[in-house]
Amino acid sequence: MTRKTFLTENRSIFWFLLALAVFTLVVTVLSTGAGTGAISTSFVKTLGRTLCLMLVAVAMDVVWGYTGILSLGHMAFFGLGGYMIGMWLMYARTEIIVAESLAAAAIPPTPQEIHDAVGTQIFGVVGASEFPAIWFFASSFWAQMALVVLVPGILALVFGWLAFRSRVTGVYLSILTQAMTLALSLYLFQNDSGLRGNNGLSGLQNLPGLDAVPQSLVSIWFFWGSAAALAAGYLLFAWVVSGKMGSVIRGIRDNESRVRFLGYHVESYKLFVFTLTGIVAGIAGALYYPQAGIINPNEIAPIASIYLAVWVAIGGRGRLYGAAIGAGVVSLLSSWFTSGGAPDIPLGFYTIQWTDWWLVLLGVSFVAVTLLAPKGIGGLFDLMGRTHPVMPARVGGYGPDKGARRKSEGEEEK
Amino acid sequence: MSTLLEMSGVSVSFDGFKAINNLSFQIGEPELRAIIGPNGAGKTTFMDIITGKTRPDEGRVIYGERSYSLLKMSESDIARAGVGRKFQKPTVFEAQSVRENLAMALKNKRSPFDVLLYRKNSEGAARIESIAEEIGLTAELARPAGELSHGQKQWLEIGMLLAQAPRLLLVDEPAAGMTPAEREHTTDLLRRAAEKHAVVVVEHDMEFVRRLNCKVTVLHEGSVLAEGSLDHVTSDSQVIDVYLGR
Repeated sequence: MTRKTFLTENRSIFWFLLALAVFTLVVTVLSTGAGTGAISTSFVKTLGRTLCLMLVAVAMDVVWGYTGILSLGHMAFFGLGGYMIGMWLMYARTEIIVAESLAAAAIPPTPQEIHDAVGTQIFGVVGASEFPAIWFFASSFWAQMALVVLVPGILALVFGWLAFRSRVTGVYLSILTQAMTLALSLYLFQNDSGLRGNNGLSGLQNLPGLDAVPQSLVSIWFFWGSAAALAAGYLLFAWVVSGKMGSVIRGIRDNESRVRFLGYHVESYKLFVFTLTGIVAGIAGALYYPQAGIINPNEIAPIASIYLAVWVAIGGRGRLYGAAIGAGVVSLLSSWFTSGGAPDIPLGFYTIQWTDWWLVLLGVSFVAVTLLAPKGIGGLFDLMGRTHPVMPARVGGYGPDKGARRKSEGEEEK
Repeated sequence: MSTLLEMSGVSVSFDGFKAINNLSFQIGEPELRAIIGPNGAGKTTFMDIITGKTRPDEGRVIYGERSYSLLKMSESDIARAGVGRKFQKPTVFEAQSVRENLAMALKNKRSPFDVLLYRKNSEGAARIESIAEEIGLTAELARPAGELSHGQKQWLEIGMLLAQAPRLLLVDEPAAGMTPAEREHTTDLLRRAAEKHAVVVVEHDMEFVRRLNCKVTVLHEGSVLAEGSLDHVTSDSQVIDVYLGR
């Protein structure tokens, strides 16, 4: 008997990582920064951002597809991760620019003068010049990197603790998560929130001290970073949902109270999954926004988290690669349609412009997938895989809970 | 035989309807006890109170040597303290294999981090094998539990109860949907469990209760109507009036 290892038991992980490696290699070879130049720098950035969205979708699948918590607030954690890295990027780069301009003055500036000048530069746009308390760590790269993990993690922990402890489930929990992301985004829209209100943080594509490095190369670095994060995150979540942990969280999804009567403290499990996925979402956001160049409170509007759920649903919930593929395909299609890539369709009396009609198309596909192909895009892999035994139709779903898996969603990867 | 569970003066009402009315009950370890009573007598509510699903309005529920009050504990704490329950309607995890169902129930540490770092071991596998053999599902270990027949699900549910290695087993209608041979096997299994632990069986089927050959408690309108041997309670005039006579 051959020894069973984590990878041999989960073949889909191997194939996913292989596909990701090949994709990374091909993009690198064709890129402007490190290869032939067939792919433009801006498209490398789009692809890098897509990898980050795939990572947050995988996290979403763990929290929704596996644990049955339909969180419609995970993009808040994603955005917070972006804000945290954005604060350091903006501070460090402004500091260099300010120091350069002040160096020409007759009297060399004191550190306090430089700090104040940075404040004026950053907050002039919202009519302030003082650094708010939340920028205390912005001058330290490592402290701010720690906040990328801590801020989303602590928000998820506190929110989850309050919500799960009161046994809020199902649609009520979804509404609560929407309220959380809406409240956060409204708060950040205020000019005195300390994060530049609706202007957000900008110029994030410029790495401090690396002005000499062309964007074509920076974009490839971030692309690699995003690919590595996706691979690591995928492995982490594949490990979490395999084995006994996976068994318990899928049990919670299908029949929460039964898991309780087996002696598992359901709330702790939900909190664990919610917080872990929140942290990974934060890391994904920290890689996304330097590639986008700008972050503003609109990014964490409730609709963003709803899109996330739509990607996972279209990709196929309950299998990690499905979520990743769904996010990749839908977000790339979305940027193709909305950036004028798709040709308009003249109907004579009316011209379909995809920038307007893309959302309609997305909505229709979402409804179609939910009704006609609940397994999503990921379900296509069942067709070429091993044949499944025909199950007797004894029950319609796998459990009494609202989020329980339905028979029509097929077998999930374990 | 020492007392394992003691309920005294427990009452609970739902919207004014008294489901349990000043109920007192105790069971020792080891002991086998059957609970009978007409529909609506409060049998399921009785189990809900012990397992923490329903909080009584008044009364005390004391468990174990150290006399813990179960009323202050959550469902999962109570289960970890050694109270196992088999539901009337089999509730197994249908999307998961029989082996996974048993592995989840297997007595082990239950915190998220313990479970995350849990590694399959030969000891656990051997326990699962022996339970599967006991419940006759050895050949079905790899199949999803959703594919099992109703009777097999019943057995799986009993297997999950055994895997938890509880001290107090609450068994709701174990014989429903079983063949006569399977009923005999169930009786045998429950009697064996009761050699070491406390077993409470709720059952409608008088033949089944007779085979258990144990002390019987009759519930009616949320309180104990009679208690004693089956012959004793079936000759009780009140019992005949409210239950057997109908």
